[in-house]
Amino acid sequence: MPLTDATRAKAREIIARYPRPRSALLPLLHLVQAEEGYVTPDGVRLCAEELGLTKAEVAAVATFYTMYKRQPTGEYLVSVCTNTLCAFLGGDEIYAALAEHLEVGHNETTADGTITLEHAECLAACDYAPVVTVNYEFFDQQSEASALRLVKDLREGKRPLPTRGAPLCTFKEISLQLAGFPDERPEARDAVSVGEPTLVGVKLALQRQEAAPPYDAPADAPARTGSTVRTGSTEPGTPKES
Amino acid sequence: MPLTPVLTKRWLSPRSWELETYERLEGYQALRRSLAMDQDEIIKLVKDSALRGRGGAGFPTGMKWGFIPQNDGKPHYLVVNADEGEPGTCRDLPLMMADPHSLIEGSVITSYAVRANLAVIYVRGEAVHALRRLQYAAREAYDAGYLGTDILGSGFDLEVVIHAGAGAYICGEETALLDSLEGYRGQPRLKPPFPATHGLYSAPTVVNNVGTLASVPPIVLGGADWWKRMGPERSPGTSIFSLSGRVRNPGQYEAPMGTTLRELLEISGGLRDGRTLKFWTPGGSSTPLFTAEHLDVPLDFDAVLAAGSINGTSALMIFDDTDCVVRAVLRWTEFYEHESCGKCTPCREGTFWMVKVLERLEHGQGTEEDLEKLLDICDNILGRAFCALGDGATSPITSGIQYFRDEFMQHQKEGGCPFDPAASTLFGGN
Repeated sequence: MPLTDATRAKAREIIARYPRPRSALLPLLHLVQAEEGYVTPDGVRLCAEELGLTKAEVAAVATFYTMYKRQPTGEYLVSVCTNTLCAFLGGDEIYAALAEHLEVGHNETTADGTITLEHAECLAACDYAPVVTVNYEFFDQQSEASALRLVKDLREGKRPLPTRGAPLCTFKEISLQLAGFPDERPEARDAVSVGEPTLVGVKLALQRQEAAPPYDAPADAPARTGSTVRTGSTEPGTPKES
Repeated sequence: MPLTPVLTKRWLSPRSWELETYERLEGYQALRRSLAMDQDEIIKLVKDSALRGRGGAGFPTGMKWGFIPQNDGKPHYLVVNADEGEPGTCRDLPLMMADPHSLIEGSVITSYAVRANLAVIYVRGEAVHALRRLQYAAREAYDAGYLGTDILGSGFDLEVVIHAGAGAYICGEETALLDSLEGYRGQPRLKPPFPATHGLYSAPTVVNNVGTLASVPPIVLGGADWWKRMGPERSPGTSIFSLSGRVRNPGQYEAPMGTTLRELLEISGGLRDGRTLKFWTPGGSSTPLFTAEHLDVPLDFDAVLAAGSINGTSALMIFDDTDCVVRAVLRWTEFYEHESCGKCTPCREGTFWMVKVLERLEHGQGTEEDLEKLLDICDNILGRAFCALGDGATSPITSGIQYFRDEFMQHQKEGGCPFDPAASTLFGGN
C-alpha cells in the first residue's frame, strides 16, 4: 500500500502527542510498517519530511531497533524465544523444527508471504517457557508439536487464539497499534491477560490463608473501614505478621 | 515467611484490568488522599517508607524524587520504565496485563509529588498486550477524571503518553531510554548529570520502574510503617519473585523482600522431577550466578550484594543437574553481544570476542588459557563502559568460571558438551 495523505495525517496525529516532534520517530516507524510491512525507503523519507530530519538520521535510528524490518515481512511474524531459559526448556528445538518445516532461516519469509520466522531475545515470559509469539501475542508453554501445528494453522488461513493476548491480526495491523492507535475490537478488550504462572502465587496465598499485614491507619488520616487487604474474589484469611 | 500479595492482590479478580474492578478494590483512593496532601509530604512519606527501586538498582525512590529541583521554571517529567527485557525478568508485563490501573495511579501520584505534568510510559514494543491494556486503562482514567486537566478538582494537570519501544534491551537503561524517547538510537548517556536534573529534553525527570510506581498507592494508603513491617529494615516491602526454569510450578510469587530461595522452593513445590539445583540467578542474567550454597541468602538488595551477586529484579531462573553451565553462559553472552549498543569499545568488542571464545569452549576446543582470556576481557569491560550492560555481560562468565571451572574444562576433555540438550527440554527425554 503506498503512503498516502491519510498516512501523513496519522503521522501528524502522532507528532502532536509529544512535546518535541522527534520523540515521534519510533511510533512513526511503526506507522510505516503498518502501511508498508517493513521500513521502506519511502517510509524513511516520510519520517524525515514530517520531522525535519535527514533520511540518514532516520535510517540510523531504524537500523538500531530489532522490531524494524528491512525486508518485506509476512502476514505473521513468528518469534521463538531462544534466550537461555527458553532455549533449554525447548526453544532451540522449536526454532529448529519451525525453520526446517517452513524452509526459512532467521528473519526470512516463507515463499507464500505468510510467515516471517525469527529467533528472539528474552520475551519476558520466562515463567511460561518455552514461548513463541505471533505478531507479539503470546503462545505459552509450547512444544515442537504445538508450534508446528500453530504455523500449519496460520498457513491454512486459521487464526489460533493466543494463550495470552488478543485474537491475532496481521503484522501491519499490530504495527498500527504499536504506533499508538489502540485495538478497538471488543474481543481484544476482553482477551485473556493471565495464565496459571501469573496467578500461581496469589492462588497459593489464598490457599495458605496468607496476606500482607492490614494497613496501618496513618496518624493524620481519618479512620477508614475495610482497610484490610482484599482480593477480588475471596476474603483472605487472617493476615499474618511478617 | 508468608506470601504477601500487595501488588498482585487484585490479579485473581475477574476482569482485574478494568477501572470498575480497580475502583472496587481500593483503586484511586490513594490518589484522592495524595491530592489532599502537600507534594513534599508525599516525597517524605516515600522516603520514610524506604522503598527502593524495583528496576534492579535498588536506589531509594524517595531520595530520587527529592533530587528534582523545585521552582526551577522548567517542565518536569515522569518517565516510566516499562521496557522489561532482562533475561529471566517477567513480572512487569504480568502486572501491566492484570492490573494496569495500579501503574497509572502510581504514576499520577508520583507526577503530582515531583510536579510533573507529563508522564510517558515507555513500554517494551514486543509487549503488545501490556501496551493494549495500558492504552485502554489510560482512556478509562481520562474519562473518569483521574488524568487530564484539573484531576479530581485538585487543579493538578497530567497528560499520559503510552509509548511503544521497538526492540532494544539497552533501552531498559534509563538514559538510553531517554535518548530513545527523544527519537534517537538508544545509547546511554554519561552520568552525571543525572536525569533528576538533565533528563528528558534536558529537564528534571524521574525515571521509575513499573513495580516501584505500583508500590506507591499501597504505601500512601498503608503508611511508611506498614510498608516497613514487611521485609528487612534497609530493603523493606514486598517484591514479586519470578520463579522460572526447572521448577514444578513456575510463576509469580509475591513475598517480603529478604525471602530466601529455599523458602520459595518449599512453598512452590520445589524442582521438577526431584532434580538437584545446580545454578540460579537471583535477579536476571546480569546478576552473578548463585549455586545451592546460596539457598539461604535473604533475597534483598544488601544481603545478595554481600553474598557476591546483585538482587536485580528478583528474577529467579533455576537450572538443575541436566543443564550445561557453559551452554547457558554462551547463550547469555550472545544476548549481550546482540544487545550491546556499540557506544563503548570495551563492551562492543569484548562481548564479540567473548562469544567466539565461549563457542570454542562449548565445542570442546577450548583451553585453560581461554578461561584466563575470558576473565581478562571481563576485567577490561567491568567498570569501563558507560552503563551496566557491560558490567552485566561479565556476570555470567566470571561467576560461571568461579563455580564451575571444572565443567568448562570437561568440555575439552570430552571433545564437546557432556550434556544432551534434547534431554533437558520440557517435552524431551525427561
